[in-house]
Amino acid sequence: MRELLRKPIWPLAALLLLNLAVTPSFFAVHVQDGRLYGSLVDILHNGAPLAITALGMTLVIATRGIDLSVGAVVSIAGAVTCTWIASSPDPASPGAAIAGIGLALGLAVALGAWNGFLVARLGIQPIIATLVLMTAGRGLAQLITDGQIVTVNNATYSGISGSALLTVPVTVLVAAAVYALVALVTRRTALGTLVEAVGINPEASRLAGVRSRTIVWTVYVFAALCAAVAGLMISANVHAADANNAGLWLELDAILAVVIGGTSLAGGRYSIAGTLLGALTIQTLTTTIYSVGIPPEVSLVFKAVVVILVFLAQAPKVRALLARGRRPAGPQPPPPAAPVPGGPVTDVPVEKTGSSR
Amino acid sequence: MAGSRPLVEMTGISVAFGPVQALEGVDLRLYPGEVHALMGENGAGKSTLIKALTGVHPVDAGQITVQGEPVAFSGPAAAQAAGISTVYQEVNLCPNLSVAENLLLGREPRRAGRIDWRGARRRATEVLGRLHLDLDPSSPLDAHPIAQQQLVAIARAVEVDSRVLVLDEPTSSLDASEVEELFRVVRGLRDDGVAILFVSHFIEQVYEISDRMTVLRNGSRVGEYRTAEISRVQLVSAMVGRELEVLERLDRAPAAPADETESPVLRAVGIGRKGAVEPVDLVVRPGEVVGLAGLLGSGRTELARLLFGADRADHGEIAVDGRVVRIRNPRTAIDAGIAFSSEDRKAGGVVGDLTVRDNIVLAMQASRGWMRRIPGRKQDELARRWIELLDIRPADPDALLRNLSGGNQQKVLLARWLITQPRLLILDEPTRGIDVGAKAQIQALVAEQAGQGTAVVFISAELDEVVRLSDRVLVLRDRKPVAELAGEDVDMDRVMGLIATGGEAGA
Amino acid sequence: MTALVERVRDVRRVPTRFLPVIVTFALFVLMFAGGGLRYDSFASGQVLLNLLIDNAFLVVLAVGMTFVILTGGIDLSVGSVVALSTMVAAALLRAGWPPVVVMLAVLAGGALFGLAMGAVIHYLEIQPFIVTLAGMFLARGLCYVIDLQSISIEDPLFRTIAQTAVPLGEELFLSPAALVALAVVAVAVYVLHMTRFGRTVYAVGGNQQSAMLMGLRVAQARVGVYVISGACSALAGLLFTFYMLSGYSLHAVGMELDAIAAVVIGGTLLTGGSGFVLGSVLGVLVLGTIQTILSFEGTLSSWWSRIVIGLLLLVFVVMQRVLARRGAAR
Repeated sequence: MRELLRKPIWPLAALLLLNLAVTPSFFAVHVQDGRLYGSLVDILHNGAPLAITALGMTLVIATRGIDLSVGAVVSIAGAVTCTWIASSPDPASPGAAIAGIGLALGLAVALGAWNGFLVARLGIQPIIATLVLMTAGRGLAQLITDGQIVTVNNATYSGISGSALLTVPVTVLVAAAVYALVALVTRRTALGTLVEAVGINPEASRLAGVRSRTIVWTVYVFAALCAAVAGLMISANVHAADANNAGLWLELDAILAVVIGGTSLAGGRYSIAGTLLGALTIQTLTTTIYSVGIPPEVSLVFKAVVVILVFLAQAPKVRALLARGRRPAGPQPPPPAAPVPGGPVTDVPVEKTGSSR
Repeated sequence: MAGSRPLVEMTGISVAFGPVQALEGVDLRLYPGEVHALMGENGAGKSTLIKALTGVHPVDAGQITVQGEPVAFSGPAAAQAAGISTVYQEVNLCPNLSVAENLLLGREPRRAGRIDWRGARRRATEVLGRLHLDLDPSSPLDAHPIAQQQLVAIARAVEVDSRVLVLDEPTSSLDASEVEELFRVVRGLRDDGVAILFVSHFIEQVYEISDRMTVLRNGSRVGEYRTAEISRVQLVSAMVGRELEVLERLDRAPAAPADETESPVLRAVGIGRKGAVEPVDLVVRPGEVVGLAGLLGSGRTELARLLFGADRADHGEIAVDGRVVRIRNPRTAIDAGIAFSSEDRKAGGVVGDLTVRDNIVLAMQASRGWMRRIPGRKQDELARRWIELLDIRPADPDALLRNLSGGNQQKVLLARWLITQPRLLILDEPTRGIDVGAKAQIQALVAEQAGQGTAVVFISAELDEVVRLSDRVLVLRDRKPVAELAGEDVDMDRVMGLIATGGEAGA
Repeated sequence: MTALVERVRDVRRVPTRFLPVIVTFALFVLMFAGGGLRYDSFASGQVLLNLLIDNAFLVVLAVGMTFVILTGGIDLSVGSVVALSTMVAAALLRAGWPPVVVMLAVLAGGALFGLAMGAVIHYLEIQPFIVTLAGMFLARGLCYVIDLQSISIEDPLFRTIAQTAVPLGEELFLSPAALVALAVVAVAVYVLHMTRFGRTVYAVGGNQQSAMLMGLRVAQARVGVYVISGACSALAGLLFTFYMLSGYSLHAVGMELDAIAAVVIGGTLLTGGSGFVLGSVLGVLVLGTIQTILSFEGTLSSWWSRIVIGLLLLVFVVMQRVLARRGAAR
């Protein structure tokens, strides 16, 4: 929680306040047919796919990588599942849905492994390596659906998005579960530390014996899996697979969410909580635009403005310029490496890491 | 030439980076028509001095004059405009462009606004001809070996009519014939009256090419000498320095006279890599400290990296505890029980944005794989124990490593390896750039580790440290092993003599 | 893989930097010849010219993108700027502006848009990927601000340009847009190879640090390429307007990917410093040929083009990697 507070929470807070000003009932939540409804619930429900995709992207970016192919994987996951269900002998049976979902997740692992192969094994720049699947992936999805929008009528499948458990939408629960799982895995295993080590200093990590390739491979597979889960949600929400439009530009939103959340594109230290914050900020922005009454299409302008503001605020150069304006030409604070022989170093400001992760 | 006035005169130059004093009151004089060698070990301040001269670093104190006029360059471009060009070790040209373009980039002859390629080629041919370089001006730069690229960089400097040419370790990746070619060009320029500052750590080359030299140590000038008047041994002694105070004898059991019957921890036969180090045989027994002595670039670091698989050896065989192992990468070396602390702490060791605790357990964790995390309590216990054992300050496992001083970072890195309980510990300059207190602690630690039966390979630019700590010393020179000293033979004079002359005179 | 490297070594006489372009050219010839063997009316001069006519805007986009990528940058905004240009042109015409003024305004707007992005990238040191991503959102969003619907264009000059066929010989013709594209290519080749600005673009892509130390005008080059890319996007937008005779927010969705793919297939390194405008033109022609073959085939669905483009990207990316390793090994 302490970590969360250090993240740029102001865009989200500002958006929520704006909503409250425009729509006094914005924070109202009510139960209907055993499911929660309300603007906040909508934000969580609609933001779940982005939040999950951004989570996978976070780990990839932490290793100094990037995955442009997640949008394509989203569309492939929906396409595979819907096509499988539609062509199974009993398209309404739970078995067909489960098999289809399993197939989609399995395929996602293969696609992630492919990205990992290009990056870790062949040493191709991540942005280019994943561009291949970004370009071809959507074509593959269309190949699977034969260019059609495949609609399915399967209660089990629709349940991924439509149903609620204890009044909470399943999408929100799944997203929460995935976040909890990742938080748990990165805390209970050494994955988090090793991912950061590889991202912060690849050479030092190599010399310390870290199996960087395995790590890199793992994060790309995980990112693809996350994208597939998001794809299933998106497709289940509309009971159909739209290979052309499902997850379009999701990779860009996911990258934005990660960076808004305070994880640097240069790799290294990452923040899961920050990514969640970033994803919620983006989704709230979209919802706000609806609620304020601006045509939804114009939302892109606002998104652009928010992105520009957040990035300008985070850019070291801008901060330096601002600081210089405030503090006239003072001497730079000395770096903390103080070689005091044997003496105490108590005057050195020591940055602590948060205990929340 | 001795009577002429210096072209460039730097007096009382001081440069500090935060609390670190990189240069203190250094003088340097460059005369026209002379090759002036700048000598010094790692961290002596050579590159800082060059950067101060060329305007990359502002100076905190001191004055630079060119032809008697005080100057203050805002950057390399300003220095170049004043006739001072620098050719760096890593060639600062554009490998994707042609030789001619690299010579003329930014100054291409133009006709009616467009580049006159014919004229450019002619001009390039002229310049290359002046240096007697046989290169096709239209060939891409990266089609040529580094040596030729370096000559192109020099030619570019000549093209702007430089009066002062700074060559920053230009020969470090060249073979003998390439060095000859470079020297031919340098002599030609010298005879044309150019003042040349030549930075190198190859003693023979310096004696071959330079007329005068300035020696730096720890950011201060030791002296300026005429090359003809200083012997090799005097030079090495000036570079590495001898601490005059009585050195405390390290409290350690006298080395068990190498027990030939005891099976060695490490037996390397003919281990080498083209362009890095020629084949070396090395044996290290349990509890033994073997020092690698030699100047920077002698092959001491290169050999250590081969033993650890940081670079892959292209010949030779390594056996650990009598078993032949194929060291393909650091991972396999670690699995075989080898640990290696890199001389480049920042690039090859410190993971700055992780905590002290994470850094201490990193190698052990890497060996276990990411699935089997070292339990938190165990991590804390390890971190606390080693922080205490090595007196790491601040004694806070949650501090980020980048916020610690160099000496404390080094101790963390040592702890990283010691908790893996290696059979062979390779330490490359573990005491470089750290304060006296930490240095003594690390030396004591090395002795202690050996006392516990660990085999140690110890590298340091400070010879007295190597001599004091080592049971045996392997001396390297110009990427070749020249001699191995043991027992009574391990003393400063002998080691320095070998480094300076390669043993032709003595052994 | 080793065999491939050996083969590559055999053709050492050809400078490495030309190799990708030659491969692309061979690929184009092969594909076109393959099409000619399979379909009766394929191998005609007009089909070849149609490649240019149908992809004139993409050629212009790819030219701008080549400048950016040569410096090691990327411009994700080009597709959106194309759409915005169609919208601005259509809206201004609707508002009664004279057509020539409209064209100039659109071009100036594109250049300014690029200037703003380039300045942020260079002076504020924010990654090109992020800056142009924001530019992509902004331009696409501004389209919707202008109008949510498609605006059709009735202006006589625009219609005339759209419908004019410039005859070449007896039966062949080109469109004015294709001629504009060819002119842009010619100017780009001139600028890149005959001016100091062009050489600085290559130098910055080769080694920015060195370029700076050599005293080159790095800022001018780094900002300039985004201005060029912005202007090219606006011009491509105008050409696209001639092609579609409408302004619409959903025009040119994903066209930035086509432009990037054309540049990469044309042999330009995404890391910068190596590549040719003519390679990018060949890249566009390869993409166009894929489309043409698909349309001749009829039964093959359009998504195959994406898959094939993806595969081609893969081949070229791996090939460049192999060449780079070979370079490093030397």
